[in-house]
Amino acid sequence: MAKYLFLKHYRGAPPMATDVPMSEWAPDDVEAHIQFMGDFADRLVETGEFVDGQALAPDGMWVRHDGAGRPPVTDGPFAETKDLIAGWMVVDVDTEDRAIELAGELSAAPGPDGEPILEWIEVRPFLATPPTPTDVV
Amino acid sequence: MNVSELRALVPRVLGVLVRRGADFATAEDAVQEALIAALDRAGDPPDDAQAWLVTVAWRKYLDLVRSDASRRTREAVVDLEPEGAPAAATDETLQLYFLCAHPDLTPSSAIALTLRAVGGLTTRQIATAYLVPERTMAQRISRAKRVVAAAGVDRPGDVVTVMRVLYLVFNEGYSGDVDLAAEAIRLTRQLVALVDDPEVHGLLALMLLHHARRAGRTRADGGIVPLAEQDRSRWDRALIQEGVTILQAALAHDRLGEYQAQAAIAALHADAPRVEETDWVQIVEWYDELLGITDTPIIRLNRAVAVGEADGAPAGLAALAQVDDDLPRRDAVAAHLHERNGDLELAASLYASAARKAPDIHERDHQIRQAARVHEQLRSGRW
Repeated sequence: MAKYLFLKHYRGAPPMATDVPMSEWAPDDVEAHIQFMGDFADRLVETGEFVDGQALAPDGMWVRHDGAGRPPVTDGPFAETKDLIAGWMVVDVDTEDRAIELAGELSAAPGPDGEPILEWIEVRPFLATPPTPTDVV
Repeated sequence: MNVSELRALVPRVLGVLVRRGADFATAEDAVQEALIAALDRAGDPPDDAQAWLVTVAWRKYLDLVRSDASRRTREAVVDLEPEGAPAAATDETLQLYFLCAHPDLTPSSAIALTLRAVGGLTTRQIATAYLVPERTMAQRISRAKRVVAAAGVDRPGDVVTVMRVLYLVFNEGYSGDVDLAAEAIRLTRQLVALVDDPEVHGLLALMLLHHARRAGRTRADGGIVPLAEQDRSRWDRALIQEGVTILQAALAHDRLGEYQAQAAIAALHADAPRVEETDWVQIVEWYDELLGITDTPIIRLNRAVAVGEADGAPAGLAALAQVDDDLPRRDAVAAHLHERNGDLELAASLYASAARKAPDIHERDHQIRQAARVHEQLRSGRW
């Protein structure tokens, strides 16, 4: 059993089938996409594999400590070149193959005219597998 | 009656309901609800907890059946036959272990079902221990029961699949308020009493021998303390003694299996008062036995470490050459052997690589510390 993070990107992923921003899709296509994402999460709850999922606003900033007694420095919004995360989903699955299968399904979310957007999903394993007790180094 | 005594009653109560004609999936839900009711009134325990649980679980079962219109036919049958054929409670509990380790279940489903139906943990506790939402865990358990029902209860798992499930639970360690290692030991102790198989004893011995050294193996922050640096006064001698005794009795049956062989290796480590007194030659011999039973890359990897200690680092590196490059932790072992062989440059880069490939955070931190230590040694050597 292992947890995987699925990352959806606004920017920074390899190019996908459509580069039309969602805000310019037909309203029904937007609804269908949102419905798909909700159904996808519900289905993973049903299979006992869902852990968490959240969407992120594209706006954001860099924050850094600026010395004691001073307010933190902020910088932003993010530069256009920055890899930008749109949201994530965490799944708890038996195998890496299963994680890849699910990410593949997520990638087929409907876009304009109901065509799959074939979005690239970044799949990252958690560093959380507990160590099997061994007597080696 | 404390909570663990209460939980130990769960498989028996479930057995009573099934014997009365209840279907497994619904009965299991009913027993879970009765258990939660019992936990809620922990301050006011009934005189006979088992009888109380049976009564409450049976009532919950009838409620569940009645609330499901599609089951009306079965309800009639159930009301007609409140007592089923008598069966020994031990046989029922063993059947329950087998059912929960059904070969059609994925490991995670088998684990969840075992912890609830045999272990008497609540869904919430299991969800917390495995860091998933309670609703997800509830669904995982329901699906597991549907899989078992669809596959047929006449083809349950066997003791081999049960042992695999229990060892997976043991290796999960502890998170949340449930110590899964301790829970796995409790369930394995119970299994030992139900089935006469030296491998089950071997598994129990293996768990005890690892568990006994947990305090020495783990830093306060959860980090790893390598074997050579462990404070052996923190090992639980009584638990080690129990593990060794159980292992010796198991080995006397002369039916060696992988858990007995692994326990023998753990016993040899536990037996050494100081790391310098470890009997590495015998450990290598046990690894050879283990390879004869099950030849896996991980066993070959661990054997290379033992060979390095018994016959020197070059021999260890030669043994390592036979291990697949892709194996997690291979770089960690290679780093260790190269360091002992005096090749600090290579060791430092291999430790760093081991940190990058580490599957868990404690392993990663440990390998980063090792890399930093060797780099420091390299710098001070040059100055």
